[in-house]
Amino acid sequence: MSVGLPAYLAVAAALFTIGVFGIFVNRRNIIVVLMSIELILLAVNINLVSFSMFLHDVVGQIFAMFVLTVAAAEAAVGLAILVTFFRNRGDIAVDHANMMKG
Amino acid sequence: MDLQAIAFYTLAAVMLAAAGLVVTARNPVHSVLFLILAFFSGAGLFVLLGAEFLAMLLIVVYVGAVAVLFLFVVMMLDVDFVSLRSGFAQYMPIGLVVSGLLLVEMVMVSGAVASSGAASRVKAAAETGQSNIEQIGRVLYTDYVYFFQAAGLVLLVAMIGAIVLTLRHKPGVRRQNIADQTARTRKSGLSIVKVATGEGISE
Repeated sequence: MSVGLPAYLAVAAALFTIGVFGIFVNRRNIIVVLMSIELILLAVNINLVSFSMFLHDVVGQIFAMFVLTVAAAEAAVGLAILVTFFRNRGDIAVDHANMMKG
Repeated sequence: MDLQAIAFYTLAAVMLAAAGLVVTARNPVHSVLFLILAFFSGAGLFVLLGAEFLAMLLIVVYVGAVAVLFLFVVMMLDVDFVSLRSGFAQYMPIGLVVSGLLLVEMVMVSGAVASSGAASRVKAAAETGQSNIEQIGRVLYTDYVYFFQAAGLVLLVAMIGAIVLTLRHKPGVRRQNIADQTARTRKSGLSIVKVATGEGISE
């Protein structure tokens, strides 16, 4: 392969960074926070798959599949919680989400 | 520069630009659409690496299910998204500092990988004569079969959780109770009333 492993790792690192940055700047908008988490998990998957292909070990791809599974489950449950929260409160501002604080 | 390098840099640039627009777009619908673009480019990178099965899985799972789910939720919730962006400029400096540190750290690690090299003792896939999906299937259904089952359970629990969280019973709706219907006998369902002539029947 003409493009080496470090190039893939750098792209994954940049994507991970964008995801973390998105969580910081959009912390009031939980939908974009969930999308940023998806970006972070995509970066992790790129790391796993590129190591798997460059080290010729297929286990990395199996792990990437499990990460994909958990990411899908997390998105489904997160959005369900979001819908329930919206039903109770009428908005989705997370800084008001202290109903159970006691 | 050969074709593979051109494809890699194009896909990587598109993916990073789309990811940047996901986190900065004003309209969340645009965010979801850029998320789809980012995942498509990521799938392209997977194809470039030779992991065809995961690339197709990424498109099916993310573009087909997760992104559509996000789109549904964004369009279903009647939220004023402009007010949710109020802290954007306020959180920008700390976000830039933390993410910049992260990027520097991770690029240093990939530089270390570049200098030491990541060579493997295992034979390449092309030498064993198996396709990517054949390799994954062999490993997934033998060594990792319990993990595979556990992943299925995770999805089941997530599905039940999502249904339990969002299902809402309306109070005035009559529902079918099959046990009551089949337990009904002639004695419980039927009564013979003597009606006096000329008076009719009352409840």
